[in-house]
Amino acid sequence: MHMSTNGHRQSPGRSAYPARYSAAALFRRGLANEPWPPAWQQQPMKGSYDVVIVGGGVHGLAAAYYLAANHGITDVAVLEKGYLGSGGSGRNTAILRSNYLTPEGVRFYDRSVKLYQRLATDLDYNVMFSQRGHLTLAHSDASLRTMRWRAEVNKVEGVDSEVIGPAEVKRLAPFLDVSPAARYPILGALWHPPGGIIRHDAVVWGYARGASAYGVHIHQNTAVTGIDVAGGRVRGVTTSNGDIATPVVLNATAGWSTLISDMAGIAMPVMTSPLQAAVTEPVKPFLSTVIVSGTLHVYISQTDRGELVFGASVDPFTSYSMRGSLEFIEGLAGHVLELMPALTKVRLLRQWAGLCDMTPDFSPIMGPTPVEGFFVDVGWGTYGFKAGPVSGEAMAQCIASGETPGIIAAFGLDRFGEGALVGEKGAAAVGH
Amino acid sequence: MRKGPVMILLPCPWCGPREATEFAHVGEVSTRPDPGSATPAQWRGYLYLRANPCGWTTENWYHRMGCRRFITVQRHTETNEVRQARASQAPVPAGEPAP
Repeated sequence: MHMSTNGHRQSPGRSAYPARYSAAALFRRGLANEPWPPAWQQQPMKGSYDVVIVGGGVHGLAAAYYLAANHGITDVAVLEKGYLGSGGSGRNTAILRSNYLTPEGVRFYDRSVKLYQRLATDLDYNVMFSQRGHLTLAHSDASLRTMRWRAEVNKVEGVDSEVIGPAEVKRLAPFLDVSPAARYPILGALWHPPGGIIRHDAVVWGYARGASAYGVHIHQNTAVTGIDVAGGRVRGVTTSNGDIATPVVLNATAGWSTLISDMAGIAMPVMTSPLQAAVTEPVKPFLSTVIVSGTLHVYISQTDRGELVFGASVDPFTSYSMRGSLEFIEGLAGHVLELMPALTKVRLLRQWAGLCDMTPDFSPIMGPTPVEGFFVDVGWGTYGFKAGPVSGEAMAQCIASGETPGIIAAFGLDRFGEGALVGEKGAAAVGH
Repeated sequence: MRKGPVMILLPCPWCGPREATEFAHVGEVSTRPDPGSATPAQWRGYLYLRANPCGWTTENWYHRMGCRRFITVQRHTETNEVRQARASQAPVPAGEPAP
């Protein structure tokens, strides 16, 4: 399906940002010693809104931004129970890629990468997107076969991916142990040049600033405690800071999506599990690509500050606990050293966990629900952050037009009742 | 800082308290509808829909590195506190436990 370009620049109703970021502005404010105004406004909560979005992460804020920028719907409130980006948006490992396995998945994530590519310009905010390339290692014939499959699906969809051999892997990432004697020898890899890393907090703040400039209200420390449904349609929400009347509620939460959907009486095929990640002390730049090993359940990237960021697959049980565990750190360290033995003296700085809403087919749940006016953008498992822009764009279109855009048609809640699952085995939680 | 133990100990009725890493998480205890009379919608609801509560839940675990028996556990999903564990009385839910 052909997607129209985001109408940001063409949009006539766009209000001026409180302060446009530019080198000239930086210079002027530096000379005058002027403070920068807040990036987004704080408004008192109104008694009613056209649209209420639950969840102040990248998905919720992107949906609010595109509702305003692309569809002129600005009477929107984003409700966040903590601070902006305090959930999955601030806990992921900030990896972007589109080398998935199913055509639906590839098209969808490719659109997201394309939106990310020009996000800094669109939002007037430096999101530090570094397209440094993404290597998914194959340690067995079976996973090499899956890589080939993924590469061919990617090429058909116009996404740059190819399978490379161990020599080429060694050239791209010299610190990897590619010897055949390794416990899990590297037989090849899926090389995906458009993949990379981004500053996830900046994406959240940029969307918040952009949405706020259009008049969207952002209410932090506001937990939704109930959804008022009468006659099969949404009437409003109750929050820790008062009631709001609204005909449209978007559930854009991760980790708590079951609890919010329960409030509207919608059962969810979701299981929530923590995913743990860790970061090392900063070292000199030596790793210019993102390294992923499905077999060893680890992904590695080096930030601009030199820290190594490690992520894993989800913990093997359901939980809403966001505490790290020693088992995880032990396993992770062993797996990282398996790939890069030279890191043996590097120390970990900290570990953390985020909540992943896993669905049976490793694909999200997006679109309308049986309750009129209640929309979901949930089930984001281990792939939510990279999908933020396209999800926001598609959900905004879905809410504004009342019709499900083609790019998310495969991800409807009704697919579970119909048995039409997507089966995305290119997701990070899937061991190969 | 959240309350609750860092390490999850499951009191296996046969082996005593053991670390959760010895077990495979089977999932929420649910009742399987009769395959002969269930509608496709009921069957798919049983297959896919989960209560997924943030709080106390009753679930099955499989002691794969111990006695290789199934136990039914009451666990708080936010604190990972375990209140009760007993031998699973109900038949084991469909599907192989995770390896």
